[in-house]
Amino acid sequence: MKKNIALITALLIATGICTVNAAEIHPQRQAELLYLLKHDCGSCHGMRLEGGLGPALTAKRLAPYGIEFLALTIVQGRPGTPMPPWRPFITDPEAYWLAGQLKQGVNQ
Amino acid sequence: MRFLRYLLMASAFYSAQASAECLTRGTGDMGIIIERAAGSVQVVDRSTHQALFRVEGLGDLSHASAVYSRDERYAYVFGRDGGLTKVDILCGKITHRVVQGGNSIGGAISQDGSLIAVSNYEPGGVKIFSSQDLTLVADIPATAVNSEKRAKTVGLVDAPDQRFVFSLYDTGETWVVDMTDPAKPQIQKNLNVGKLPYDGLITRDGRYYIAGLFGQDGLALLDLWHPEKGTRLILQDYGKGEQKLPVYKMPHLEGWAMAGNRAFLPGVGHHQVLVVERGDWNPVGKISVHGQPVFVMARPDGRQIWVNFAFPDNDTIQVIDTESLKVIKTLKPGKGALHMEFAPRGEEVWISIRDKDEIQVYDTRSLELIHSLPVDKPSGIFFTSRAHTTGL
Ligand code: HEC
Repeated sequence: MKKNIALITALLIATGICTVNAAEIHPQRQAELLYLLKHDCGSCHGMRLEGGLGPALTAKRLAPYGIEFLALTIVQGRPGTPMPPWRPFITDPEAYWLAGQLKQGVNQ
Repeated sequence: MRFLRYLLMASAFYSAQASAECLTRGTGDMGIIIERAAGSVQVVDRSTHQALFRVEGLGDLSHASAVYSRDERYAYVFGRDGGLTKVDILCGKITHRVVQGGNSIGGAISQDGSLIAVSNYEPGGVKIFSSQDLTLVADIPATAVNSEKRAKTVGLVDAPDQRFVFSLYDTGETWVVDMTDPAKPQIQKNLNVGKLPYDGLITRDGRYYIAGLFGQDGLALLDLWHPEKGTRLILQDYGKGEQKLPVYKMPHLEGWAMAGNRAFLPGVGHHQVLVVERGDWNPVGKISVHGQPVFVMARPDGRQIWVNFAFPDNDTIQVIDTESLKVIKTLKPGKGALHMEFAPRGEEVWISIRDKDEIQVYDTRSLELIHSLPVDKPSGIFFTSRAHTTGL
């Protein structure tokens, strides 16, 4: 079931139906997500996202990856590694927005 | 008369100078608190519950930790960005600072107090410095993972006989480094200790080193009285048949909770604290708790265990009675309850509450909040009594 949702999400994203713009995420929620990114993702990726147990999430390092791929990593995690699935706390559009922020270099 | 005036002037001058510069007092009831976002530390007085100094300019302090010189005057602070900073807590000043690696994860001070070892993620390995002036004494690169990367080093502790012990995350090793001759570190490597060791701890007496494993069930135990025997897996059946939960924050083993002959450990991926009998290291019980434990710490007399939790349960602290193995209190101190530090004799525990920008001090007998002090995004709390404890 989970796999299906992921597949559908991937398809939707791939076909552009699910693209999000920042306007769809309330500014207050955006601030919450950035706080989460800094402090909770930061416990593995470093508060400045320059890496820790998990890899650096700087724009430079993420340049080769697409936003969809990164958004999927965020909501699904990476089984077999410490990267946990954030789906219970982050919706797909929010993950997409967050991935976009990472790609742009949220910290620079 | 003239002499008296001279005396008065001299003492006025002296006290003015003392307040402008350094304190003249013992440091036994002092400590530091990491302000993780501001890159600063506060020097605090444990007895008055007050801040004495704020020291700035320590770099990225997310996940920072600290050790103390044996005279309890200097704190060595390990920052995330590879910064190693020596802080004079009587003067509230940085005396030395080096940026020694790209990305680091804590350190240790040698038994004789002369060496500071730092564990690095990037480039993977351990570097060892003089505690005097932070000059490099030894560089110990970790095993290569591929042509560009070396294994991340984790769980670095000091051990008796002037040794350091640490584990290699990517390659599953535990190394024992003997620094008796600083010019010639002797390294004993234990290979294949288990999958993805993420942190390590040493028992207070310095005998057992235990690495927590992320990649499989169980922990890797090394008896430092007999390092030649290598590591063995303990608790490898723990959690069998139970669904492992995603881990939103890696547990810390540093606060090794030993109460009597029992050890209390965080159950990785479970809402449980594990209880193990020391010696044969067999499980004696599991205690269900509110969330996934991060720090599981014993009150110094071993009568209580205090536990904090990973996201999204990091607004809660639970207290366990070590006799009945029952949760006796659930506290809701606020979001981001990140770290706890006991007074060395256990009458108080200080807890950092990140999202409230404060430290809360609890009486461990009444389990009531008795003080709070403002600190900007506090994380680690380190009291000077650590200077005399192996593994801290
Ligand atoms: C418990 C530790 C942990 C936490 C917390 C964590 N991550 Fe990760 N993350 C990892 C690890 C480890 C990897 C590398 C996985 C691998 O080896 O493929 C990773 C990989 C990633 C990647 C892919 C990067 C790449 O180079 O492949 C992204 C994007 C990411 N994390 C985002 C996040 C975000 C956003 C958060 C917070 C909402 C977060 N992570 C929280 C451990 C963590």
